[in-house]
Amino acid sequence: MKNRLIVSVSPHLHKGESTSRIMWMVVISLVPAGIAGVVIFGLNSLWAIMLGVISAVIAEGALQALTRRKITILDGSAFLTGLLLAYNLPPKVPFWLPVVGSFFAIAIGKQVFGGLGQNIFNPALVGRVFLMASWPKYMTEFTKPLNYDAITSATPLALIKEGKVFENISYLGLFLGKRGGCIGEVCILALLLGALFLLLKGYISWHIPVTYIFTVGLFTYIFGPKGLFSGDWLFHVLNGGLILGAFFMATDYVTSPLTWKGQIVFGIGCGLLTAIIRLWGGYPEGVSYAILMMNGAAPIIDRYTRNRIYGTK
Amino acid sequence: MQKLFREFLKGIIKENPTFVLALGLCPTLAVSVSVINGIGMGIAATFVLVGSNIIISGLKNFIPDRIRIPCFIVVIATFVTITELTMKAYAPALDRALGIYVPLIVVNCIVLGRAEAYAQKSTVLNSLFDGIGMGVGFTLALILISAIREFLGAGTLLNHAVVKGFNPVLVMSMPSGALLIIGLLLGFFNILKKRRA
Repeated sequence: MKNRLIVSVSPHLHKGESTSRIMWMVVISLVPAGIAGVVIFGLNSLWAIMLGVISAVIAEGALQALTRRKITILDGSAFLTGLLLAYNLPPKVPFWLPVVGSFFAIAIGKQVFGGLGQNIFNPALVGRVFLMASWPKYMTEFTKPLNYDAITSATPLALIKEGKVFENISYLGLFLGKRGGCIGEVCILALLLGALFLLLKGYISWHIPVTYIFTVGLFTYIFGPKGLFSGDWLFHVLNGGLILGAFFMATDYVTSPLTWKGQIVFGIGCGLLTAIIRLWGGYPEGVSYAILMMNGAAPIIDRYTRNRIYGTK
Repeated sequence: MQKLFREFLKGIIKENPTFVLALGLCPTLAVSVSVINGIGMGIAATFVLVGSNIIISGLKNFIPDRIRIPCFIVVIATFVTITELTMKAYAPALDRALGIYVPLIVVNCIVLGRAEAYAQKSTVLNSLFDGIGMGVGFTLALILISAIREFLGAGTLLNHAVVKGFNPVLVMSMPSGALLIIGLLLGFFNILKKRRA
């Protein structure tokens, strides 16, 4: 790695970057995917997103007031948690679900550990997994895309898991989001736009998302349904929450490794776990579990991938 | 008499086995799905605790120090066997619900912990009250945890529906729910303790 740290004599100029600015930038980069979700699944998903965000912010403020800490509801981190949680919900959820999920994500996923920067696990995914374990009925009821009468349909991954053949959706359709799924995960195009923005601005690095997606693609290609090297890797990459998870949740600063070496290990680990859960696990989709498990492994990855201090052996 | 009462009381609040000593968490996590199970486990453990405390404190001058743990285990296992066979005979449903966790009272660290830390150094009478106090404290903790878990996880208390139209939080019936509730209660009691200090 090139040495980018140039220490010159004062006066120094601050770049203007701050945690809260980065948080709001990530929020902005997620807007296209949200708009796409609302267009594809109808207004119900807009209410779910708004409820998720508002209750996350309220939960953060209330808990900080209760524990007499500094109230930081404007730093965007609670907003982002609520937004990501809502993106991980099916479009037609009862309205109390995002509220309960956001509260749990902020309370148990974040504030219990001491707030922003202290949490071991990604709070939004903690919320999602809690909802998934508590109310699987609501969390696995998906609606048909571009059909506002809320006809239920399973996700392509779920159909594959049950061994059924689903009505064939072209790769272009999958890329644009014409499938059943969670609100924010379906439109790959919009997600990639946001991800490109974050990558170009340098808010996230490519190491985690690229190794993550590549590993899932490679693994699902090798262990295909009709023997080795016959898998439909593009189908697996375009389906489920992989793109959303890889670019926006696995790259969370707090819960991922610090060095690029560690990030590559982290990405490969996420990819392996996701592919294993999808191919042989009990659930059709494994992105959230994979990222949470690797979150737990992040400290030990950091420990073994520390950068060598210049001048030492 | 007052001193004996203090021995009894300390197990309930000041040295509560679950929330202060954090002992015996394995059966607590496993059986606290419903209040009935919690009470059953609490009574069974209390019986073993009281019995083993009395016998061990009575035998303390005859047990060689080097092999005291095996000796304690033999005494404890005797009482666990009595409990298990009694439960199988008179409460088969409860026995099925508690399953492996009844024989596992043998390795419950509250029982061995009290034998090691208290009974082998104390008189029979003190040990008796210590055992009752610890047992009651353990039972109360189990009832508290299992009441919260049963209410949230199934919407019932003592198998009676409490609220109608409640969507149970299934995760509370799972092991992860037990860890969550115990963790939050431990934190809550620590806050209370800090406030009083």
